[in-house]
Amino acid sequence: MARPPDRSARTALPTRDRTRDRRMSENADTTLEQNESTTGGAPSPGDRLRKIRLEEVEKRYPGTKQPAVASLTLDVHEGEILVLVGPSGCGKSTTLRLINRMIEPTGGRIFLDDEDVTKANPDKLRRRIGYVIQQIGLFPHQTIAQNIATVPKMLGWDKNRITGRIDELLSVVGLDPDTYRGRYPKELSGGQAQRVGVARALGADPEIMLMDEPFGAIDPITRDRLQNEFLRVQEDLRKTIVFVTHDIDEAIKMGDRIAILGEQSVIRQVDTPERILAFPVDDFVRDFIGEGSTLKGLHFETVDEHVKLEPYPTMHVGDTPTDAAARASEANTDWILLLDEQDHPIRWVAVGDLERGEAVTAESGSEVAAKVSLGATLFEALEQMLISEAAVSPVVRDDGSFYGVVRLTHLNRAIRRARLEAREHYESLEATS
Amino acid sequence: MSVATTGAQGRIGYEGQDADNPDLQPDKRPSGDNPQEASWLRRARANHLGLKTAPLGIGLLALVVFLYYRSLGLGDSVIQLSSPLQWDTKLWPQTVQHLTIAFWSTVLVVLVAIPLGIALTRPPLRRFGPAIVAVANSGQALPAYGLLIIFLSIMGQGLNTVVVALVVYAILPVLRNTMVGLDGVDRSVIEAGRGMGMTRRQVLTRIELPLAVPVILAGVRVAMILNIGMATLAFLIGGGGLGVTISTGLKLQQDPVLIIGASIVAIVALTFDWIGALAETYLRPKGV
Repeated sequence: MARPPDRSARTALPTRDRTRDRRMSENADTTLEQNESTTGGAPSPGDRLRKIRLEEVEKRYPGTKQPAVASLTLDVHEGEILVLVGPSGCGKSTTLRLINRMIEPTGGRIFLDDEDVTKANPDKLRRRIGYVIQQIGLFPHQTIAQNIATVPKMLGWDKNRITGRIDELLSVVGLDPDTYRGRYPKELSGGQAQRVGVARALGADPEIMLMDEPFGAIDPITRDRLQNEFLRVQEDLRKTIVFVTHDIDEAIKMGDRIAILGEQSVIRQVDTPERILAFPVDDFVRDFIGEGSTLKGLHFETVDEHVKLEPYPTMHVGDTPTDAAARASEANTDWILLLDEQDHPIRWVAVGDLERGEAVTAESGSEVAAKVSLGATLFEALEQMLISEAAVSPVVRDDGSFYGVVRLTHLNRAIRRARLEAREHYESLEATS
Repeated sequence: MSVATTGAQGRIGYEGQDADNPDLQPDKRPSGDNPQEASWLRRARANHLGLKTAPLGIGLLALVVFLYYRSLGLGDSVIQLSSPLQWDTKLWPQTVQHLTIAFWSTVLVVLVAIPLGIALTRPPLRRFGPAIVAVANSGQALPAYGLLIIFLSIMGQGLNTVVVALVVYAILPVLRNTMVGLDGVDRSVIEAGRGMGMTRRQVLTRIELPLAVPVILAGVRVAMILNIGMATLAFLIGGGGLGVTISTGLKLQQDPVLIIGASIVAIVALTFDWIGALAETYLRPKGV
């Protein structure tokens, strides 16, 4: 998809590619059931495979009045990234560490694959769960290869299998095995170190990964790249991931679903990012996602899905100017789009010039600086619209030929429809519960 | 510096490119991002230099002492001078005795202090740590002479008494360094190890102890040198050692005896300090 290649590097705003958006809409089908289960309703049998279930989990430290985590019930589905996000001190890290029992819960139960692991041997449990932390924690006295081999070794893999796995994982995280396997952690930059951290967590191919602000200590440019690469890797691996962050933009970008947590890890809203953006359930969530949520929501709407594109008056180089001007005034536009022989949009020509009968060449008017492809997000369409002469965003097909335009009213309609859908979704939830 | 580092990181992310890009090889990267790392690098370099020149210096000192010893003309000298300086019957046996005392007291210190240090950094005993360190501190705060007399009154004369007294005296540096070394291991490294399913014992033996080795070894080195020095007092309670020669020189007012005795102690101490430095350099885990 024709995304300006440098944008992901420049902005912290979420960017998604097409495949991911498609997956998002698949996920949207299941959120109804998910919400039922998190709001206390009985999970329906058609529910997506539940990988992790926290059931009224509670953590109370001795000598404190308030529990750090108060009666949390949460399901994580197979192959999704569930982001726990909330203000600092809300207990999101504690919640994450309850799952692999780095912190022992004082109440409730934890299930992995419907197996109660609340009382299982914590060391054996943790070997089944990848764990990535912000500080990375690579073993400084071990080479990269030895670091990655930690869990496979404990599980008693044979040497050849471990060696092969190390090289495979280094390639997965984008590091050349020959260069890096013999290095020590202090020889790595922060970004490289966290790549190794992720590779180490993937060591024994766990089905579940817990990630505690994994990209939090990395500079913004590298962070953005790591996030994109991680999403790409996740496309193939489809691990079940619980991801903690305090950054709502990272949550929107990384999450298939987002759980917004308040004090004591109380779930204020858990849903897909687009629905949270379209319909924050209360002021807490609204404050937390902050300003610009409408704009962020545009990342989740694509040009081809719901937007009914409008035609726009066009002309070719040989056309009679006055005919073209007549077409434009019929369509009530001030501009006409000049196409080349392959129907690629090339220039904006002002209707006033046509009416004066000026001959139209490939140099008339002004250049079409901005166009978007089918499948681009409405956010991109908006960006192009802002720099376009005619204040509309021309959309081209995959072969570059003109398809239609996106206008501001499209965005307006899309946003309002998303809000309406989200509202109806929550109203139907209320009606059933 | 920070600009250069960020630039390197930014470019490193391109797949495949970083591997062959010589600009980004870590050894070419500015290595001073972390002042702590830089300071130990500097220290390590200084260590290596010292390691190479120290044997020369020690050998030179030994040569000077030897020439001085030869120049005394022991064959013709008075009995007060020649008798205490006999190599076969006095100086060599005393040196061996001296080393025996230092060796056993150091071994015992290691055997007691390292496990104790480990135990006192584990959660169940951690709260006793400060108290035990305070007790160990008092062992060193007491005058060594007094300590020897106390143990003399308990255990009587002899080598064993000396060794026990020296253990009490020298336990502090090893105990403290073991605790400091283990506590100094980055918590996130331990957290990562635990989070991957390593047991407490595995975290201790595979991560904490290897990473604490440099600090622990430094403590052992200090204890060893303390013990070699303090073994000079062993003669006070019949423990022998080179202190006998030094004391004889003092009592008989024979300066050459005094000087030879003290010089041999110095040579022994310097030699073992050098061995300690070697161990610290080469037993340091790679990558740290």
